[in-house]
Amino acid sequence: MTVQELNLQLNDEGFLVDGDQWSPEAAEALAEAEGISLNDKHWNVITFCREDAAQQGTPPGLRRISKLSGVNMKELYQLFPKGPGKLAAKISGLPKPQGCI
Amino acid sequence: MQRIVILGAGTAGTTVANHLSKRVEPGTSITVVDPETEHLFQPDLIFVPFGMQRPENTLRPRGGTLKPGVEWVQDRVERVDPDSKRVILAGGDDLSYDLLVIASGSHIHPEETEGLQEEHWQRSIFDYYTLEGAAALSDALANFEGGRLVLNVVENPIKCPVAPLEFLFLADAYFTKLGRRDEVELTYATPLDGAFTKPIASRELGNMLGARNIHVEAEFNAASVDGERGVLRSWDDRAIDYDLLVSIPTHMGADFVSTSGLGDELGFVPTHNHSLLADGHDDIFVVGDATNLATSKAGSVAHFEAEVVVENVLRALEGRSLHEGFDGHANCFVETGSGKAMLIDFNYDVEPLPGTYPLPLAGPFTLLSESRRNHWGKLAFRWVYWNMLLPGRNIPVPNRMSLSGKRTSLLERAAA
Ligand SMILES: Cc1cc2nc3c(=O)[nH]c(=O)nc-3n(C[C@H](O)[C@H](O)[C@H](O)COP(=O)(O)OP(=O)(O)OC[C@H]3O[C@@H](n4cnc5c(N)ncnc54)[C@H](O)[C@@H]3O)c2cc1C
Repeated sequence: MTVQELNLQLNDEGFLVDGDQWSPEAAEALAEAEGISLNDKHWNVITFCREDAAQQGTPPGLRRISKLSGVNMKELYQLFPKGPGKLAAKISGLPKPQGCI
Repeated sequence: MQRIVILGAGTAGTTVANHLSKRVEPGTSITVVDPETEHLFQPDLIFVPFGMQRPENTLRPRGGTLKPGVEWVQDRVERVDPDSKRVILAGGDDLSYDLLVIASGSHIHPEETEGLQEEHWQRSIFDYYTLEGAAALSDALANFEGGRLVLNVVENPIKCPVAPLEFLFLADAYFTKLGRRDEVELTYATPLDGAFTKPIASRELGNMLGARNIHVEAEFNAASVDGERGVLRSWDDRAIDYDLLVSIPTHMGADFVSTSGLGDELGFVPTHNHSLLADGHDDIFVVGDATNLATSKAGSVAHFEAEVVVENVLRALEGRSLHEGFDGHANCFVETGSGKAMLIDFNYDVEPLPGTYPLPLAGPFTLLSESRRNHWGKLAFRWVYWNMLLPGRNIPVPNRMSLSGKRTSLLERAAA
């Protein structure tokens, strides 16, 4: 299923407008749109991000993911090329992690 | 007798201690703990590399910055035990408290990045977030033979998020004045997707970098440095060659924060965004750079937070409900070179906007655009800091952000 077929509502930057629209199927569609096909390692990261965001109330930043998910920085860049922090949040159905100010 | 213990006597800790000394009931003790004998005015660190401030003029003896009613324990905090309400000091002593204020700031950790702090550290790789680093960099700039100067922010958050931009603007002006600007290539490698975090300011500052021929390498997350070859590498395998690397390394809170189980993954204390109480505690407040809050780590923020913390410490001692008064207000002068500066003013909800900032006597300052008056404002801040802020005198800057003078129409346009 694609983003269109699942009728997912995305904002300008491709993040889900409504987090409740997320499902494992939605994750696959969101990943597909970024040219990523999800494997077990990706799912470890996604599961971590969703659980952590539920507990903390904000999506985890990159350092937090690399420190606590069991997937290191190098691998994160291989799994989610370019911007792992942003991409992992997007595919996990979370808002864009807040840039620090 | 009630005991207030404040950990760290920098901008935030000193301001809170001095304010409290005027307002607590007789018999309440105020103790600050800080191992350093001198107080460093950190905003001056931006001027030291360019010979615009002498290293020794950035320091004052700590004793003179604290009011008579404040006791200073010159020691390093090793650990906090929130259950027994005790602070354990490196010298072996213990302090017990009724209310604790964590004000231990944020500090750079170059050892977090592979290759950064090795044999080329302070030879071709420098920081300016420490006095030692800024002084060494000043010599290196004076002797720079030309080539590629790269400024890299390793990861966010950093203190004073405009300081990288100030460094670049001042470097451009410095080499221009020497008549050597064409011998120096300036590059800004940042993890951000542009010059700044917020869109309107990012556009404005991005244009200013462009106009000065400063190249921005965006979304650059530094993984390692090869000091031998002079190459900075990112996690996604981009490489930037440099002749002189100026690094703003990873920032973390004080070690004792993590050791005591009070910190997040960077050792910043999870803090309530309006009351400044540490999450999960009712007798620990957090102020200044030590918090995990989504506002700038800046002296102005420390000042606005300090007012709320002072009020809440007094209320907590009396068992009253807390004032949820902090709105994320930050207010920073940005040096832009050649005797000019700009001002940005924002909070949790409102990003930096152009316009004017009204201030009796000194103002108005121009927001998000350069002017000479802003530069004088920045220099005057040095005096205001030592003579008004630290001693806890009231200054005529409102605690909460105001929309007066700001071009809010830009926000509606952005939202539409
Ligand atoms: C280059 C640079 C430029 C800046 N420019 C500006 C600017 O223009 N405007 C602005 O508003 N802000 C600016 N800042 C930021 C500003 O200096 C800080 O945000 C401010 O000092 C924060 O105050 P603080 O009290 O939280 O931390 P600090 O002032 O850093 O104080 C922390 C204190 O805690 C003490 N401490 C640390 N560990 C322990 C321990 N284990 N036990 C006991 N004590 C401990 C330290 O010795 C220190 O005295 C700049 C910072 C830098 C580095």
